Amino acid sequence: MRDRQLRARDMLRGDLEGEELERYVEERVVMTNFDKMLNWARSNSMFPLTFGLACCAIEAPISLVTARYDLARFGAEALRASPRQADFIILSGRVSIKMAPVVRRLYDQMLEPKWAISMGACSSSGGMFSNYAVVQGADKFMPIDLHIPGCPPRPEAVLYGFTKLQRKIQGNPDPGWRQRYNAAGTEEWARGGPRSAPSAEALAAYEAARELVNA
Amino acid sequence: MPDAPGLELIRGEIEQDHPGAVLDTSFDRGQAALVVDSAQALGVLRWLRDAPGQGYTFLSSLHAADYLPASPRFGVHYELLNRDRVERLRVKAMLSEDPKIDSCVELFPTAEFQEREAYDMFGIVFNGHPDLTRILLPEDYVGWPQRRDFPVGGEPVLFTYNEGDRG
Repeated sequence: MRDRQLRARDMLRGDLEGEELERYVEERVVMTNFDKMLNWARSNSMFPLTFGLACCAIEAPISLVTARYDLARFGAEALRASPRQADFIILSGRVSIKMAPVVRRLYDQMLEPKWAISMGACSSSGGMFSNYAVVQGADKFMPIDLHIPGCPPRPEAVLYGFTKLQRKIQGNPDPGWRQRYNAAGTEEWARGGPRSAPSAEALAAYEAARELVNA
Repeated sequence: MPDAPGLELIRGEIEQDHPGAVLDTSFDRGQAALVVDSAQALGVLRWLRDAPGQGYTFLSSLHAADYLPASPRFGVHYELLNRDRVERLRVKAMLSEDPKIDSCVELFPTAEFQEREAYDMFGIVFNGHPDLTRILLPEDYVGWPQRRDFPVGGEPVLFTYNEGDRG
């Protein structure tokens, strides 16, 4: 540490030259492209919509911003009360057929780029409410990027799901169970259309994982 | 709570003012109920509210029921309460297919929303209701979901016991 401080001081004084200077720059500069940097910034500064549908709202938007779970650690503590300012929406609970047009309108009012998380069994599949009043899965009327299972999911599960969403935003979605079951290529990425080819990063991550398993 | 003989006394008194209105009485598990002719239900309710010595001035609940295999099929239940003696009395009006009954909003203003809910869920038409529209379901909903012949709804779920049905 002291060594590095001294070298930084030399650098500022202009005393660093040649090989020393090359190594100093190599250690401190990261080469990337603008898209990656933008997505990195986006994924670490997400504004959730202040929005709750049912009992899952107690677990997700309400618990997550408390000190115990603290969504601020992931850069998503700024809850926005207007869909115009929000980056993603958490569907926390069952969507009744009377509420579905309202949810769809909220989603349409959000500005691109935007994401949607379907939290819990009810908004993903209708859950226990297989009846006349509840929509059987919110992806019937709007695109969903991520489903979090549970009834309700614990706040930790929602945080885990949120970190997965961050990886997806950064263009490096988690292959998850596909790693274990050798199922690369079966992904249905919401943004790339159904059954589109996985990204180069995802394939590389998958290949690396397979090599680890085979070794 | 009127006991079984008390219920018969009430029936006898109603019979003097509204002959033929009460079709049956039942006293089951401490609950007194009058089964009335649906055309005269409003008159019986008014009598129970206003007649001296009765004073069932409070409608604590109005709800409908579907007894599908039975006939007549629908029931509209009025739960009345005498708040001085704390006595409860149930009035049942039975209705067959295409159910219609007079609204009791003029007697008990609280019935307005409850009659709308009965209309929403069972399709029971209350004649004379000031605003008989759906209250819980969307306005463009088709069907009466709490009727027994309404499909349970949702979507078929693939379990192991029925996976052969869908190929």
